[in-house]
Parts: sequence; C-alpha cells; structure tokens
Amino acid sequence: MNRIIKIIWLDILKSRIVFAYTLILAILSWSSFALEDNSAKGILTVLNVILFTVPLVSILFATIYLYNSAEFIELLLSQPIKRGKIWISLFLGLSLSMILAFFVGAGIPLLINSPDSIGLMMLINGCLITVIFTALAFSSAIITRDKAKGIGIAIMTWLFFALLFDGLVLFLLFQFQDYPIENAMVAITALSPIDLARIQILLHLDVSAMMGYTGAIFKDFFGTAVGLIASFVLLSLWAILPFFISLKKFKTKDL
Amino acid sequence: MIEIKNISKKFGKLEVLKDINLSCKKGECIALIGPNGCGKTTLIKSILGMVLPDKGTIEFNGKSVLGEHLYRENIGYMPQIGRYPDNMTIGQIIEMIKKIRNSNQALDEDLLKAFKLESMFDKQMRTLSGGTTQKVSAVLAFLFNPDVLILDEPTAGLDPLAAEILKEKIIQEKDKGKLIFITSHLLSELDDLITEIIFMQDGTVYFHKKVATLKAETNEDKISKAIASILKNKSVNQNHQESHKVLKAIL
Repeated sequence: MNRIIKIIWLDILKSRIVFAYTLILAILSWSSFALEDNSAKGILTVLNVILFTVPLVSILFATIYLYNSAEFIELLLSQPIKRGKIWISLFLGLSLSMILAFFVGAGIPLLINSPDSIGLMMLINGCLITVIFTALAFSSAIITRDKAKGIGIAIMTWLFFALLFDGLVLFLLFQFQDYPIENAMVAITALSPIDLARIQILLHLDVSAMMGYTGAIFKDFFGTAVGLIASFVLLSLWAILPFFISLKKFKTKDL
Repeated sequence: MIEIKNISKKFGKLEVLKDINLSCKKGECIALIGPNGCGKTTLIKSILGMVLPDKGTIEFNGKSVLGEHLYRENIGYMPQIGRYPDNMTIGQIIEMIKKIRNSNQALDEDLLKAFKLESMFDKQMRTLSGGTTQKVSAVLAFLFNPDVLILDEPTAGLDPLAAEILKEKIIQEKDKGKLIFITSHLLSELDDLITEIIFMQDGTVYFHKKVATLKAETNEDKISKAIASILKNKSVNQNHQESHKVLKAIL
C-alpha cells in the first residue's frame, strides 16, 4: 500500500495546480493577517477564505485527478493488488497531498499569527474540510464514467454546501421564526460540513457574543466539551461515509 | 489450471457472456477467436477480475478468483489497447510496476532488449506510437515470468519484425509449459503457435477443440480453412444466412 501511496503522492506534488493552490492560500492568509490590526479579525477573514476556497479546490482537483488516472487504475488492476487497496491508496495520496498544500499555504501563517487554541482549531478544521471534500469527490467520480458529468456533480456538491445550504437555512429561519427552532437549527447545521466548521470556529471567537439568543443556544451545545467532540465526530463521519460508499461501489465496478 | 464454470455477464440489457464453461490446462496455447463483440475481451477481463461476472465461478489452480488478488501474480496480461498514464515515461512505468510487484524473482527482460526499448526509456507515454505502446504492454506481460499469459490481440499494430520477435517469444514460453491465451483475428498467424481453439459466438462457446482433432475432422492442414469448413457444414444444417454472416466476419 505504501508504495502506491508514495507514487500517487509524488505525482500530485509535481503538479502545478497544487503548487498554485498553496501559493494562493499563502498570499490570502498572510495578507489577511497583515491587513487586520488584531489577530481575531485576521482569523475571521482567513476563516471565510478557507471555507470558500478549500472545499472548491479539494473537490474539483480530486475529481479531475480521479478521471485522469483511469488508465493508471486499469494498469494497477491487472497487477496482484486488491481493489480496495488501490482506491484507499488513491484517497490517502490525494488527501495527504491536499492537506500538505493547506498546511504550507494556510497552516503556517495561522500558527505564527495566532499561536493559540483557535489557530490550532482552524488548522484541524481546514484539514478535515480538505479530507471531507476529497471524499465527496470520490463519491461523485464513481457515479458516472463521463468526466464532464462527474465534474458537474462535483461542482454542484460544492455549490450546495457553500452557498445553497445557507440560503435554505435562512429561508427556513424566516418561515419558522415564530416557533422555537433554536435546537432544531443546531441539528440542521450537522447536515453541512462547512457550516459545522464555521460555527465551531465562530463560537470560539469573541464575535459570538453578538449572535444573540441563537448564538447562546449554539454556544450551549458547541461550546461544551461534549458538543466539541460531537461536532468533530460529525465532521469525521462526513469524510468517512462518502468515501466508504464510493469504496463499496468501486469494488463491484466493471473496468 | 483455469476452470470457468457457468459464467454469465450482462452490460445493461446486452448479454455479453451466456453461461460459459471452459477448462484450460497447463502447457496449452489456446486461441480465442470469434467475430467482433462476441465477448472475448469480456471473458479475459473476467479471468483477471476486472469485470465481475453476474453468475458462475472462475477457478485458478482450484481456488475461486472472486475477491482474490494474489493469483494475478501468476498472470501476465497484455491488453488490446494499452492505456498508461500520459505523463510517465517508459522507464518510470516499468520501474513502478517492478516496485508494485516487489518480487525478488529473476526478471525476464528478453523482450525489453529485443524491442530495443531501453534507448527510449525517457520518452513519455503520450508521445509513443500505437506500436511502441504495444511493445511496452508486451514487455510488462512477460517481465515477471508468469505461469499464465493472456495476450489480447498481441500482434495488432506491431510491425512485422516486432510481431515475429513476439511470436518467437510466445513459442519459447509455450515450450516452458506455460498456459497461453491469445485472441486474434489473423488466423494464418496462429498456425505454428496454438494447440487448442476456442471459437466464441454471441457470448457462447461454439466449440473448444484441439487443433489436431480439428484438422483431422475437416481434412484441412490450415487452421483458417478448417474453421471455414466447419462453419460451412454448420450452414448446411442451420440457417444459411446467419452462418454466412459469421463466416464473413472472421475471414
């Protein structure tokens, strides 16, 4: 397994896209911290940048990479290697190299400018988001053989979680504003990994004081140790489930 | 060595393999022939585990291959159209497969030398001609001294000289007692290679016979003529037009 991961990992790190991604993340993070006068504000800017770009690049790059390595997968399949191993190696190779890009680009400025629990949490959340959207890329790439369709599905997935989901939540919020829906809102956030990560970080910043009653309910849940663990477990599930669904499909696919 | 029992496979509504039974022993060189789209490649891919049959079992040395992977150590596969990662060079591909196999057996680099591929080691796969890609596939198939060789249209796209080199290599391996599968449309080319013939048609095995028996039954000394005469006989008994189509397709 390690040999295949190493081959994939080296292949990805050689690509110019990953290098450009690292560079853009670095420019955005360093400039966010340089422009704001305190690190909390800087973190907020970085948070929004990360939650927008990281999922997009992770899911798109991983989907395109999977379609482009169709030949590679075919070649490996005629060798004495387990099917599951090929798919898992691809997943680990892709997520590890995307995490490395994220760490070099955004992780280093985060740790230098905000060397506390919040900076660390941002880092962990960023890595989790990377893995989650790589996993989502695997499930969208396995659905269809058609590259254009697969990339379309990947973009729709990103669009849903990055923009549409917030719109839906806002819509629900206005429709049911006369009812006590605060607890339900906590549950609904679990349905989007991006929101989960955002709320987790926001609540650890001072700005959470301005979020009113709903903010207090959120803090009641996500602020506690149990809530924190629960949300990390949920984020991990978001990474594991899509990947396992794709793994199951890959094992029975005709190539 | 390879036992195929009641294999069926559907792609959507299309039945590609219909209840196929075959038994192949060591030391044989088997030609898998039949018109285009009769299921030859699908059958080969099921043996390799790349296509998973809907029904039936395939046994390799007495063990079912379903969900297994180690048996592929004993198989060298040369695909019909070799597809390789574009940005890797010939040297990198061969190096990579060596690393993945990680075998400490002596490697068989005869073909590598005979095809003079070493001088092209740093050429990228996307710059190669179809024939050179076929050569790389052939080298990879023979590299690890496998007990079974599966060659899907091995000489298609090769120049006459390279085809001759490959043919000699196949004969050499056959004499070592290996099981060799060849699919081909060039019946004349198979004459001095093969010992058994499997004729497939519309996803079923039409016949599986030794070459000697086939020749004796039909009183012909060329494989192509023997098969033609079998199909002619069939057309007397059966629908004339249909067999005519088959004849046209293979000749």
